Amino acid sequence: MPTIEVNGKSYETDEEGYLVNLADWNEDIANHIAKVENVDMSQSHWEVVNFLRKYYDEYQIAPAVRVLTKAIGKQLGPEKGNSQYLYELFPYGPAKQACKIAGLPKPTGCV
Amino acid sequence: MTEGVAKKFMFVNRTAPYGTIYALESLEVVLISAAFDQDVSLVFVDDGVWQLKKGQQTKGIETKNFSPTYRALEGYDVEKLYVERESLESRGLTEDDLLVDVNVLSSSELGELMAEQDVVLSF
Amino acid sequence: MLHIVNKSPQERPSLDACLRIAESGSILLIEDAVYAAVKGSASAGKLAEAAKKHRIYVLLPDVEARAIADRLVDGVTGIDYGGFVDLVADHRACQSWL
Repeated sequence: MPTIEVNGKSYETDEEGYLVNLADWNEDIANHIAKVENVDMSQSHWEVVNFLRKYYDEYQIAPAVRVLTKAIGKQLGPEKGNSQYLYELFPYGPAKQACKIAGLPKPTGCV
Repeated sequence: MTEGVAKKFMFVNRTAPYGTIYALESLEVVLISAAFDQDVSLVFVDDGVWQLKKGQQTKGIETKNFSPTYRALEGYDVEKLYVERESLESRGLTEDDLLVDVNVLSSSELGELMAEQDVVLSF
Repeated sequence: MLHIVNKSPQERPSLDACLRIAESGSILLIEDAVYAAVKGSASAGKLAEAAKKHRIYVLLPDVEARAIADRLVDGVTGIDYGGFVDLVADHRACQSWL
């Protein structure tokens, strides 16, 4: 299984780079994955990543993009709850990139 | 996705959550199919009602507790959840034991609802 | 004899067969069979009756997973995996009512 090295420790990922063990996650790992993805983590990026982690903690799934967008809109306001905003932060898609940085599995139903 | 007339889809859940994989598989199919904008109903009958029991703690059996995911269904616009009254009663359960809001129907009401469906998927 | 049942009483007749045939000894309910010990359920009466001639055990991790720890009928004993091993070791033979 592939691994990533962060702070001298190695962590298992799947073939696409998603962390295998949710519990492994920390901010350094997030920054590491973000760098690989060419995402420069700003406050706004962290807001989405933390939102995803909270969502997962509550519902035990990574949300589909449509569901994430709606949930963010509800909680953080309509200026953030739209796909344009989310795709500007994560050009390859909030599901593909934000979930990966958040240490979550790929969203169910995401192909 | 091609635009079309929304069909009525019903998922019939009749198995307890952890003894077999059916309950989890059903939930995953529901989440995936939620993207297709159809008219989706979930039905819980027989041991399927156990899927919705409040308070599941799966650490001891080292299995993922997927019961919180039923509460995410609303966000996926899956809001029609039906439970058969007879199934609850024969298990000593009431609506208060369930972790999501459901419509409790009698067997015959459920039968009518089932007869209206275009597609029925059984788990 | 230790009788092990792992199917829900409302899905398969495994428990019924066990109760019909088992003469004495212990009955251990695991996996979906733990639903048989739920107070107010269709099988609660059967189980109370069986408790008169058998010692009845339920596997607690399975009970907790299914959120029924607070509603077990009287007269059943909860055990953990270690207790499961002890039970098997303490009985000459096991029958699994699959």
